[in-house]
Amino acid sequence: MADFVITAQSQEKAGSLIVNSLINAGVKTALLIDSAGNVLANCGHEQQDLDIDAISLAALAAASLAATSQIAKLIGEDDFSLLFHKGKNGNIHFGRVGEELILITIFGDDVSLGLIRCRVAELADTLAQIFEG
Amino acid sequence: MALIDLSKKEVHCKVVYYGPGRCGKTTNLLYIHKAMDDKDRGKMLTIDTKGDRTLFFDLLPLNLGKISGFDIRIQLYTVPGQVMYEATRSLVLKGCDGLVYVADPLKVRQERNIEGLEDLRRNLEKNHLDLSKMPIVLQYNKRDLCDTPVPTLSIEELEQDLNSQLNTSYFEATATTGVGVFETLSEITKKTVRYVAEKHLLTNVD
Repeated sequence: MADFVITAQSQEKAGSLIVNSLINAGVKTALLIDSAGNVLANCGHEQQDLDIDAISLAALAAASLAATSQIAKLIGEDDFSLLFHKGKNGNIHFGRVGEELILITIFGDDVSLGLIRCRVAELADTLAQIFEG
Repeated sequence: MALIDLSKKEVHCKVVYYGPGRCGKTTNLLYIHKAMDDKDRGKMLTIDTKGDRTLFFDLLPLNLGKISGFDIRIQLYTVPGQVMYEATRSLVLKGCDGLVYVADPLKVRQERNIEGLEDLRRNLEKNHLDLSKMPIVLQYNKRDLCDTPVPTLSIEELEQDLNSQLNTSYFEATATTGVGVFETLSEITKKTVRYVAEKHLLTNVD
């Protein structure tokens, strides 16, 4: 697992892709993190006055996804392709981006899960290309 | 796995406190959290597991000032120490840049300390990391017990058991009162930042 070096250019590019594809579609917050729990990009919540503790969220999400992978292996699967939690007012979706990255999307009931899944799948390859080469 | 953000001029490193169950890993983090200014620390994250044992991990993010113009941000993690949670320890070690091995001085825990270090070596290998190349500091905790009738290990015994191959710095500590806690943190931080900086030649980055 190599260290990640983020340049202003890669961050800007990733940020604008995430904003165009997810935030403009109604997503409240999108976080791009690595599997060690570091935040690579954090989009959306500033515009919407949401106070999200991104560091804790990233650490827990990385751990949760790693635990989910282990659960998958216990039942003979390689990994689960979808990790999604539904709340009363908010929902959270975790999508894998390349080998080492995770895209976390937080959205309300006004956005459909199907749209999120499509957009995250579309974004995954481009984002992986930007950070993992 | 360190994260180097050239746009914000930040370096993020992950330091993991490792050691057998009940050796005082979480106590170290709690003391640091209590003693540091609000501006230098983030929220301490502890996953509530109904009891005083860590089931998954604790996390404490710290801001440690600037080196060569880069803000140094360290995330301190603990692991669950109990033998049965090996899979969880391996997950938490993913991408770690520095290690503190906390040892228990009780004579009855001598084997556990040695097994814990072996477990660390094994779990690092699972994450493609090599203990002999990682920044690591040993902390001999609970030294206050040496003044009680409870049979404890001497520093020489602990050094023989744990540090004969590592040859790294060690600190005597009593994490409940803070003795040795910041000395340990300061040393592992220096080692970790140096390790990451040398890898990426940060001093040459504009």
